[in-house]
Amino acid sequence: MSDSVDPMNPTEPLGQLPKPATAIPSMAQVSKERKTAASTVLQKIRTSHPRASRIPDSVFAVIILLSAISVFAIVVLVAWELIDKSRLSLHQFGIGFFYGHDWDPVAGSFGAMPFIYGTLVSSFLALLMAVPLSIGVAVYVTEMCPQRLRAIISFLVELLAAIPSVIYGLWGIFVLAPLLREYVEPFLARTLGWTGLFTGPMYGLGMLAAGIIMAIMVVPVIASITREVMTAVPQNQREAVLALGATRWEMIRMGVLRNARIGIVGGVILGLGRALGETMAVTMVIGNRPEIAKSLFAPGYTMASVIANEFTEATGDLYLSALVEIGLALFIVTLIVNALARLLVWSITGGTARVRA
Amino acid sequence: MSAPSAPQQVGLIRRFTNAGATTFAVAAAILVLVPLLAIFAYLVIKGIGSVNWAFLTQTPKPPGEVGGGMANAIVGTGIILAVASVIGVPLGIGSGIYLAEYGRNRFGDLVRFTADVLNGVPSIVIGIAAYSLVVVPQKHFSAFSGGVALGIMMIPTVARATEEMLLMVPNVIREAAYGLGIPKWRTTLSISLRTASAGVITGCMLAFARVAGETAPLLFTAFGNQFWNLKLNQPTAALSLQVFTYAISPYDDWHKQAWAGALILIVLIVGAVAAVRITTSRGMLKGGS
Repeated sequence: MSDSVDPMNPTEPLGQLPKPATAIPSMAQVSKERKTAASTVLQKIRTSHPRASRIPDSVFAVIILLSAISVFAIVVLVAWELIDKSRLSLHQFGIGFFYGHDWDPVAGSFGAMPFIYGTLVSSFLALLMAVPLSIGVAVYVTEMCPQRLRAIISFLVELLAAIPSVIYGLWGIFVLAPLLREYVEPFLARTLGWTGLFTGPMYGLGMLAAGIIMAIMVVPVIASITREVMTAVPQNQREAVLALGATRWEMIRMGVLRNARIGIVGGVILGLGRALGETMAVTMVIGNRPEIAKSLFAPGYTMASVIANEFTEATGDLYLSALVEIGLALFIVTLIVNALARLLVWSITGGTARVRA
Repeated sequence: MSAPSAPQQVGLIRRFTNAGATTFAVAAAILVLVPLLAIFAYLVIKGIGSVNWAFLTQTPKPPGEVGGGMANAIVGTGIILAVASVIGVPLGIGSGIYLAEYGRNRFGDLVRFTADVLNGVPSIVIGIAAYSLVVVPQKHFSAFSGGVALGIMMIPTVARATEEMLLMVPNVIREAAYGLGIPKWRTTLSISLRTASAGVITGCMLAFARVAGETAPLLFTAFGNQFWNLKLNQPTAALSLQVFTYAISPYDDWHKQAWAGALILIVLIVGAVAAVRITTSRGMLKGGS
């Protein structure tokens, strides 16, 4: 601003802006005219900073670096503990652990397939319901709703994320499950029973209940990220698309969603991560039976729930070790999910991911 | 296919799509808010009847006996959360600063990746890790181990939020500070972080809220306790654990208590969130100097 006007003007820069950086090279000339004021400022800058700043700066950098290293160290430690504690089961069962169908602690046979199946199906169900809903909410909040409602709705959606999973579970057991049993499941069985996905006895508690509960829990994760990235899209993008004659939806699709898609993908992946590892609510509503059934009404079991239910009751080292191995598998799956997400983001952006700094 | 009629037809389809999309978005918003309202309504309706002075001041009674409360669990949750915040917030903000201000290199990418991984690690797995890192060497369940588990879970959320918010601070502001001869640490703390403080605090708040009701990692770290315990190295009751135990129990009286406990838990969490929101919007929590 000031350099285009007149950098040499002795009254303007020092008066308007306190100690401007551009003034330093020209100080020599300025100070001749205005010795007292300018030279004291210069004195202050010169004497206080160069020497004083170096040591605190490097101390600060070291502290910050240490806390960054701690994040790395924690992940390594967690991984190491999981590998170490599951060694027994890894040796005993090998890779067969993951496709074994039998989970019988009494007989000493452990196969994790029913849990892996339950985790994948319930998470997939949850995302199927949550992704369109969350994008819809985010679009409504950022682009459509009246200014007054905006803050309220986004606060309410945020509140969904603040509800602990044990409360979702409580609500699932006493409210959602009876509702499903009495109304939703009979309806689904009548209309979509021919698919084979909605047959069998209706308990209320089961795979479907787990999927619905998780969908509710995942929505705020995806929606808040989507909303954030959509808000970050510059206003003139919208105005430009509108000026070309687009309808509101076309403006949202071309001007906003296209620019925000990377963040949306990130949000969906985050949601998937939360769904895969969700423990308490699912444990409370899925029915906890290690079986693989095609029907979504049937009870299931997930990897996280079996750990939650049986870890403290595990008798014997092999049992405990098998449970830790399930934890290890869960850990590795989330690692792969995150790596995939990053690759995806990189492939979409073509290496220009970090422009918004 | 004559030239004048084509735009008209497209216009209709476009208008229809536009209306459809609008309807869908409104419906989605309503559909998402319904369960929220339903959960809160049920919490209040079913929980309020069992919240009384005894509930807030007494310890649990054995099954079959009516009465008793969750006072020890409320205090236990407070203790565990305090430990978690002491561990999670400084480490999280520190690594967030590293990622934003120093981490534009290979190691920064590595830390960013591991933070992502840690964020994705299911809470129950963190519980296992805390169990074998703290509980096994200590030889008993403890409030401290629960705090460690929750603290670890807070770090990536706080770090991510801090990094994102710091990256949103325009570089011009940093350059202006450097131009004034302000050292980097001071610029980072008093200018960048301060500018971003509302966002950073929101991040901490989200991390806290996420962790406050967490049950899974406490199952085999804090473990739960039917009696009073204020020591860090003893098994400690937590509100969320108590709600879980009572909810899956067969006793009707315990179900009522579970609803009451859940109500208290949600009030504590929403209260904390709201308090932080109010203070941030007043600008009282501008970190730094």
